[in-house]
Amino acid sequence: MKLDIRALGDLLIGDVQADRVVPPTGFTAWLTLFSAGAMAFLAVFALALSLATGRLAERWGDELARTATVRISAPEAQMAAQTTAALRVLETTTGVARARALDDAEQAALLEPWFGPDLPLDQLPIPRLIEVIETGDGFDAEGLRLRLQAEVPGAVLDDHTRWRAPLVQAADRLRLLGWLSLLLIGGATAAMITLAANAALAANAQVIQVLRLVGARDSYIARAFVRRFTLRALGGAAIGTALACLAILALPSTDAVAGGFLTGLGFQGWHRLWPPVVPLLAAVVAFAATRTAAHKTLEEMP
Amino acid sequence: MIELEDVAYNYGGGELLSEVSLSLSPGSFHFLTGPSGAGKTTLLKLCYGALVPTSGQLRLFGQDRREMARDDIATVRRRVGVVHQDCQFLDHLSVEDNIALPLSVSGRDLLAEGANLKELIGWVGLRERAKARPPELSGGERQRAALARAVIMSPDVILADEPTGNVDWEMSQRLLRLLIELNLMGKTILIATHDLALIRAAKAHVQARVLRIAARRLQLAGADL
Ligand SMILES: Nc1ncnc2c1ncn2[C@@H]1O[C@H](COP(=O)(O)OP(=O)(O)OP(=O)(O)O)[C@@H](O)[C@H]1O
Ligand SMILES: [Mg+2]
Repeated sequence: MKLDIRALGDLLIGDVQADRVVPPTGFTAWLTLFSAGAMAFLAVFALALSLATGRLAERWGDELARTATVRISAPEAQMAAQTTAALRVLETTTGVARARALDDAEQAALLEPWFGPDLPLDQLPIPRLIEVIETGDGFDAEGLRLRLQAEVPGAVLDDHTRWRAPLVQAADRLRLLGWLSLLLIGGATAAMITLAANAALAANAQVIQVLRLVGARDSYIARAFVRRFTLRALGGAAIGTALACLAILALPSTDAVAGGFLTGLGFQGWHRLWPPVVPLLAAVVAFAATRTAAHKTLEEMP
Repeated sequence: MIELEDVAYNYGGGELLSEVSLSLSPGSFHFLTGPSGAGKTTLLKLCYGALVPTSGQLRLFGQDRREMARDDIATVRRRVGVVHQDCQFLDHLSVEDNIALPLSVSGRDLLAEGANLKELIGWVGLRERAKARPPELSGGERQRAALARAVIMSPDVILADEPTGNVDWEMSQRLLRLLIELNLMGKTILIATHDLALIRAAKAHVQARVLRIAARRLQLAGADL
């Protein structure tokens, strides 16, 4: 099946007269319009899902690849000494790029969402936090834990982001499933349009016979059908895409704090260029499917 | 132009036509008669390439029918105007559009041919009915429309299957005159008909050969015609 440029060109320029030789066929028209619309709607969601999980996996992956925290709970008097000791341990640990104790202001900022702005931090036994940035290879968490235990009794290593590893994997898997769904949607669209085109061709056997009687070539007859189905698929898919985009826009928005999966479903940045591609792809699929169906049917008609 | 040599044909059952030889040379005028079911329509279908002979040679404009692709057949159809016995129109188009159909499918500019089309429609007396749909026409009107469609491309050959079967005498004379006029312009004409009066009327104006299918063979009809 070659989509040669000339055929596509003819298709776009069109021929009103050629269009009219095929009678308007009610149910195949609606079938094509509806299935293209429904499939485009699904495709937009699959696309949004793939892109959103992609973004999520990337962000989580970034975070978990690089950070951990060491928490130091010690009596007020030993706090500074233990913090220094822990920093020393961290500096000599392979796999740790940087380690830095958060200052009071940063700690207060972290707690603010939970306790409000006026927390008297200096009067509370708040543990000190050390932010640990890993190198690309990361560190040996168990070894570090043991060393800290031995040298800094009040230190607890919390590689808190590691629990996200399976989630990132799941997100990656989900993204793959999204793309797979898109492929399946494309295939199903092609199948449905082929069925509709075949039904239209069969219903118009008499018309085809008359056209041949007066000297129509197969390419002329095929074009009349192909053009009609392609335009219908384009129209249906455009409607479906528009509705899907509206539905995504209408998702209640919260800000990124919530982890942004559900709310991050919208298209962002250059990804906004994707939805308009959906109807075009539907048209290409319809063009290829109808053209194959038409030429095959005409080949088989005596 | 169209040559059959020792052609036999059957639809899968018994032999319908055998040892048929016929040559439609440029400018010739033929009538084809024979009892109903003898195979007149079948012979015409062979002549415009709709059927392939079971045996024998069929040449259309110099090409062997067996070696022709569908696009070649389409090309032949543009040089052969056919008036089908059951007419065959596109019922969703107007009579006018149906008559213009051969122009449309061969990519002619309909606007440029507009005057021609109008004149032809007037000639077959369908000016009032030009915007009607084919199913709304009477049998005779359909046949006139079919004839108009067959000649719109100014084809080299016109094959007409019972073109006057449903029209009154006066109209059949008009249609015949149109065919004779086309013949005088050098077109090749083959008319299958039961109408012996039509054949006699034609012979007053043109040199027409009258063929007859009898007992599966094609023969020259007797001198009484
Ligand atoms: N497609 C077909 N399949 C099988 N048999 C056919 C087919 N078309 C015609 N026949 C048979 O072939 C025979 C000849 O048919 P044909 O239409 O050529 O006759 P005809 O001479 O044109 O008759 P009429 O004068 O009634 O039009 C008939 O017996 C008919 O039943
Ligand atoms: Mg007949």
